[in-house]
Amino acid sequence: MGRRTIRVDSLARVEGEGSLHLRIKDTQVDEVRLEIFEPPRFFEALLRGRDFNEVPDIVARICGICPVAYQMSAVHALEKLLGVRVTGSLRDLRRLMYCGEWIESRVLHIYMLHAPDFLGYESAIEMAKDHFGIVERGLQLKKAGNAVIRSLGGREIHPINVRVAGFYKVPSRCDLHSLRDSLDWARDAAAETVRWTAGFECPDFQQDYEFVALHHGDEYPMNEGRICSSAGMDVEARSYDAHFEESQVPHSTALHSVIKQRGAYFVGPLARFNLNRDRLAPAALELANEVRLETSCRNPFRSIVVRAVEVLHACDEALRLIDRYELPERAALELNPCAGIGFACTEAPRGILFHRYELDEKGIVLNAKIVPPTSQNQATIENDLRSFVGSHVNLPDDELRWKCEQSIRNYDPCISCATHFLSLDIERS
Amino acid sequence: MPKKRRPKIAVWKFASCDGCQLSLLDCEDEFLAVTEAFEVAYFLEATRATIQGPYDLSLVEGSITTPKDAERIKKVRRDSRFLVTIGACATAGGIQALRNFKDVGEFITAVYAEPRYIDTLATSTPILDHVRVDFELRGCPIGKEQLLEVITAFLHGRRPDTPAHSVCVDCKSRGTICVMVAHGTPCLGPVTHAGCDAICPSYNRGCYGCFGPMETPNTKALSEQWLRLGTTKPTIRRAFHTFNSWAEPFRKAGKFDGPQDN
Repeated sequence: MGRRTIRVDSLARVEGEGSLHLRIKDTQVDEVRLEIFEPPRFFEALLRGRDFNEVPDIVARICGICPVAYQMSAVHALEKLLGVRVTGSLRDLRRLMYCGEWIESRVLHIYMLHAPDFLGYESAIEMAKDHFGIVERGLQLKKAGNAVIRSLGGREIHPINVRVAGFYKVPSRCDLHSLRDSLDWARDAAAETVRWTAGFECPDFQQDYEFVALHHGDEYPMNEGRICSSAGMDVEARSYDAHFEESQVPHSTALHSVIKQRGAYFVGPLARFNLNRDRLAPAALELANEVRLETSCRNPFRSIVVRAVEVLHACDEALRLIDRYELPERAALELNPCAGIGFACTEAPRGILFHRYELDEKGIVLNAKIVPPTSQNQATIENDLRSFVGSHVNLPDDELRWKCEQSIRNYDPCISCATHFLSLDIERS
Repeated sequence: MPKKRRPKIAVWKFASCDGCQLSLLDCEDEFLAVTEAFEVAYFLEATRATIQGPYDLSLVEGSITTPKDAERIKKVRRDSRFLVTIGACATAGGIQALRNFKDVGEFITAVYAEPRYIDTLATSTPILDHVRVDFELRGCPIGKEQLLEVITAFLHGRRPDTPAHSVCVDCKSRGTICVMVAHGTPCLGPVTHAGCDAICPSYNRGCYGCFGPMETPNTKALSEQWLRLGTTKPTIRRAFHTFNSWAEPFRKAGKFDGPQDN
């Protein structure tokens, strides 16, 4: 059939700007390039010379969809460095705020960005013409997550209330209890979302991945845990650089991250679920079993179901945290700047997010390193495309193009984050 | 009777975090109504379907940081009847404009091992530096109520009503006690454009300037007051040089060198 080129010039329903280039020779995939042309914004460079107290506000601006994740990894890394440990109600409030972002960000992806692919719509806007009630449910579910962030953070995007060692102001029990009604509704809507997405037809596509996620003694991982993998890795965040490395490729302004000597790995909901299934809230675990989510799911198209399970988990976890909340003695712990290096990894909605900071004795940033989930998944996304296209090479170009976009969206890529990311271009020969 | 043509709306992204266009998707109660009032012609974050211009209303997010984008914005302008910039990146260059004060070469080598693959301009500049802009919406991020106001005003053919006073006025109307007067907390509220509903002071912290300078801000008097409160000069300079550093009044205020400075 000769040479075939398929391009997607500007990938839609992803956060940020990128493209895909595929070259197919006969029935073999010759080249796959996930091109990221999101303009670089040089966050690691502009953090140099800033006071550590300014870091949570600045790193939030890396991503409008998951600012809380950036704030969380930053405050944990800086607290490690400064020798303070946030516990009790303050720790719970951080976890609650993260639950809000887990709900808002996943629901945005499930309903607005990914579900239209499974049901054959160009967008949620088109989908709403046939499924108004479902899209409306998604929007209201997203709103419930945003209400949590707004309550604790002042606003949904770039919240203003997170600081190193605590918060500027902590909510009263009454403030938090006012979130209960919408979260009670949200957990039912999340359960319906799990059943709805579990009914989607998924391509039969199983791959052998190394899944990497945090693992915590008794919690489904969020703010803390050891970095663990399905191939037996079990390390602290401070050993991150010893096990992972970033490299640069000419076609991308995002750096590619790999496990040293092993290569590509997989972070995000599927990895988290496969490595931490038994830590899920009971209702979320029960529903995962009911919809027959495999114990070790290796089909990335099933990520959408896992995301929905995690929304339910986050709703239940949020309700649990609200019910046990007691007003902390103070909004933030005391701090004294000191020189040193601090590391932390937290579970952003899209996977592990690593931060490392080096401060001088006055608390000024000397160096910063930030590794977002999307740059960690980039090599895996390219591997998926190579193998998916290889087994679906007979599809007509338009259909193949859409399926490729869908498989990229399995990872909910966040390109603004990774650039420090996408158009689809398939070339066949 | 034939159905009235719906205006075409387009959402464009340049160097940014996506937060301002996300504000439209965050209008959970109004989003579907907006998509009924407009034909969504170009909005990649929400739909893979694209319709060719011209567009009646273009919302532009992000700043210009690459040679390609400097060309792309000109085409967006040619294709747009009414162009609104949304957010601090598009109206003031954003946080990435901090490069404008440094050597961008150092920034590239600080982040990338192979600087030769990176094609970027030495500066991050607002949209207005490149093309005519019909309306600017400030904020990092924009307020979604203001975004809805701009959209509604467009549909009704009137000017958007977005107050130009300082954050201080909003604190007073909310009944928030002044954090600078009552607690000695340094606050950018007196010189910062309203639009966020004065969130920070209501959370016991000083305003940090997300909405950029208000009209004719007295940054010098404020800087001197910060000094009296015990803030160091480098901290004052950094406060102005964060999310709206390239907006003229904050650009200058970020060089504050003490009371003798005129």
